[in-house]
Amino acid sequence: MRIVATDCGSTTTKAILIEEKDGVFRQTFRGEAPTTVEEPFADVTMGVVNSVTELQELSGYRLIADDGTIIRRKNPADADGCDLYISTSSANGGLQMMVAGVVREMTAESAKRAALGAGAIVMDTIASNDRRKPHEQIQRIRDLRPDMVLVSGGTDGGDTKKVIEIAELIAPARPRPRFGGEYKLPLIFAGNKEARPTIERVFSSEGFALSIVDNLRPTLERENLGPARERIHDVFLEHVMAHAPGYDKLMAWANAPIMPTPGAVGDILQTIAKGRGINVVGVDIGGATTDVFSVFGGVFNRTVSANLGMSYSISNVCAEAGMASVLRWVHLDMDERELRNRVKNKMIRPTTIPQTLEALVFEQAVSREALRLAYIQHKAFATALKGVQQQRTVGDAFSQKQSGGSLVDNMTLDLMVASGGVLSHAPRMEQTALMMIDAFEPEGFTEIAKDSIFMMPHLGVLASVNPRAAMEVFERDCLVVLGWCIAPRGEVRAGRPAFAFTLRSGAAAQPIEGQLVGGEMRLVRFAPGAVGTLEVRPEKGLDMGAGPGKPITREVRGGTVGIIFDARGRPLILPTTDAERRASVTRWLKDLSVYE
Amino acid sequence: MAKAFTPGLKVTARTTFQIRRLLPVTGGVCVKVGDTVVAETIVAETHLEGDIFPIKVAGLLSVNPSELPPLMLKKIGDSVTVGDALARSKGIFGMMKTEAKSTAAGVLESVSDSTGMAIIRGPKLPVTVCAYVAGKIIEVIAGEGCVVQTEAVFAQGIFGVGGETWGRLMIAGKSHSENVLEEHIDPSMKGAIVVGGARMTAGAIRKAREIGAAALISGGIDDADLRDVLGYDLGVAVTGSEKLGITLLITEGFGDISMAQRTYQLLAAHAGKLASVNGATQIRAGVMRPEIVIPLDQSGSGEIFTGGATAGLLDIGTAIRIIRDPYFGLLGTVAGLPEQPAVLGSGSKARVLEVALEDGQRVIVPRANVELIGT
Repeated sequence: MRIVATDCGSTTTKAILIEEKDGVFRQTFRGEAPTTVEEPFADVTMGVVNSVTELQELSGYRLIADDGTIIRRKNPADADGCDLYISTSSANGGLQMMVAGVVREMTAESAKRAALGAGAIVMDTIASNDRRKPHEQIQRIRDLRPDMVLVSGGTDGGDTKKVIEIAELIAPARPRPRFGGEYKLPLIFAGNKEARPTIERVFSSEGFALSIVDNLRPTLERENLGPARERIHDVFLEHVMAHAPGYDKLMAWANAPIMPTPGAVGDILQTIAKGRGINVVGVDIGGATTDVFSVFGGVFNRTVSANLGMSYSISNVCAEAGMASVLRWVHLDMDERELRNRVKNKMIRPTTIPQTLEALVFEQAVSREALRLAYIQHKAFATALKGVQQQRTVGDAFSQKQSGGSLVDNMTLDLMVASGGVLSHAPRMEQTALMMIDAFEPEGFTEIAKDSIFMMPHLGVLASVNPRAAMEVFERDCLVVLGWCIAPRGEVRAGRPAFAFTLRSGAAAQPIEGQLVGGEMRLVRFAPGAVGTLEVRPEKGLDMGAGPGKPITREVRGGTVGIIFDARGRPLILPTTDAERRASVTRWLKDLSVYE
Repeated sequence: MAKAFTPGLKVTARTTFQIRRLLPVTGGVCVKVGDTVVAETIVAETHLEGDIFPIKVAGLLSVNPSELPPLMLKKIGDSVTVGDALARSKGIFGMMKTEAKSTAAGVLESVSDSTGMAIIRGPKLPVTVCAYVAGKIIEVIAGEGCVVQTEAVFAQGIFGVGGETWGRLMIAGKSHSENVLEEHIDPSMKGAIVVGGARMTAGAIRKAREIGAAALISGGIDDADLRDVLGYDLGVAVTGSEKLGITLLITEGFGDISMAQRTYQLLAAHAGKLASVNGATQIRAGVMRPEIVIPLDQSGSGEIFTGGATAGLLDIGTAIRIIRDPYFGLLGTVAGLPEQPAVLGSGSKARVLEVALEDGQRVIVPRANVELIGT
């Protein structure tokens, strides 16, 4: 079997070839070409053909026919063509949505989760209690140019008045769609089913293409995002894609519906988490935005941090985090005025790359802050349902715990997956690993991997038609395991013992043993393919996953970096004086061979 | 492969410049093909739908929404002014009646018996579009606007803030490498497009705003000074809607950097002429760079330019500017295009080129870190 998959990004279209050899699916070749959605080309298939042509040249198979279409094999013995063609797309600005609900923390948040999970960028969330006055909400609705709107509100059988109020604000505001004047703005209603007749009447005017699906919050205790997400995908194909240049042709070529790129990435991460029974966090840091995906206890969440990125948005990262926060990761002398001008120059010329080590160190410092801020936003969003009544006992009377706590728990996190230019293209894998550790602060035992050539989108859509192929390629070719981060939760004391470890591996005759003091980092090389057991014995008050002060033993796999022991404590606090901070950062970079 | 496409900014002594001037919504076009226009000529106008104002009438009367329709004193489509009674309750035995009064002026658009909310639609908002550059109307797009064409000097900048403006071109300072200082700006520059050389200083910006200059153009600006002008740290380069009372445009980048000599000489040669400037910059999704347009006499040049991003072929001898440290801002020509990627000082592998700098020095830089000049 031979599969061609493309991902039409906003800048480049990436094609991969997947082949079944000796009963196993492997990714064999990769091609890339500029995306051709915008003028003067205005036809996405040109970029697709160019990227697949590169696959053709590299593989030796003829994949593009004389008429410029992708060749399909009639039988598996044919030398030319492929058996399956699939694609994702984030070109043309991706899928941009406005969502609305009644209560910001409940139905509006569920609506936002549905939209983000479907791969959308949420431009704004309108809710009865979003602290804006009605005329301000209306002005905002009028200013936005969404691809579609999702309205929710009310539990089934509950009060209809509030959700109708929201509808009555949106309908006369007549939000204009991003594409074309004749285009009816798709509006999905996924709220209280009792309100449907009134909703139909309110949006009966010209200009809206209304579709109604099951309530995404039928009861306060239950979220039902599936029908809304599926409808978003359908509308994405029927309306948004159909209006983007060349997508009618692309849809006709593909064997499976074209998915929004982030939706596909979310799907593959969910497949992996489910398949392995683990908790996963994935991140994709781009030039403009940072997407964070998580699966904890089987619950999937995705957030898009719209203005946290490494080129178009680099200035915003520095503004939001503050230059002092960025520079705390830097061990070299840098002039702040000069840096500020450099940041702005990168913003206005986003395609430039660091030429000097100093420029690379600074960009990687910025990336730590972009990732850290994006993760904070993700943790605040990826919560249990809010507004759910909890049964409390007398023992809970003094507990301040409320419903809606974050699902993200770094101690139970098993795998972190890094992707995006600054992480994927870092000259040394140690740099990628340390950026992830500094930004995400994993606790206990956490495996770190990176998406080798950003093929998670392709595999996400492949999983919908051939899950086995997607899984095999993900395990063998997509993920590059960097290694492990072993870090205790709790406050360490500088220079005092933090934990001891013993690594036993079949490959080594003698176990590797060591002890770390507070504030120290150490790298133990553990080659890819190696498997061992790692016992860690934390000091009193420090938790490695078994409880404070309790030893723990787990199996670890080798990676291109190895095992990073991190005794800096959690939360991670850097020394306050500049001299101490710089000395510490310099030592960590040296001990982990980050820039050697 | 010894060639590659590289972005560049357009700076040209003469081009046929065309620009579409369109309304945001359908309306009326005020010009016809062949008309001669100046920058401030209104070419199209329309009215946007008025703002809407929701009023919770049922709540004000303390009645159920379903009881509201017969209590309404105003009908759908009626004009209302602030203070007009929209509805009146029945009261108790005809006494103690309550009135719900309008808090907005406009037309009653709808009354909901589900929520008890009335919607008042405010008066229509006039919107006009001007020609922006002096020239001729060569096409009318019915209901939407027109295309203006002019022979012009055209120069793209790298970044700007503030929207469209126009005025007489005046030169501040003496050379392309001289910073624009406060003393270079004088009251005679009121309403003018002021062109300086290198970095525009905070003092020069402040003085230019004080005297009412239309625009200030130079090679660079310090990030700290931009922050002072805007009142905030710009996070994303999407600009043009700032209300600063002046349009600022830089041709090269942030920091101490001279304006490219060719650009400076071209602009200086047209001092005294009327020019149009737009500071609007958008780096993402359909790149838009700020621009300077100086209309010339109308004999045709043949080449038509309609704005947008430009790119050209990188080849031996091509004039380029290095756009990233450690050689940021230096000009030179392409001296070599090695095919194999090279390892940079950062440790990354990238395709590079060899640049012969103006001072005779030769340096290696990533291909991603140069742009064409004078395209």
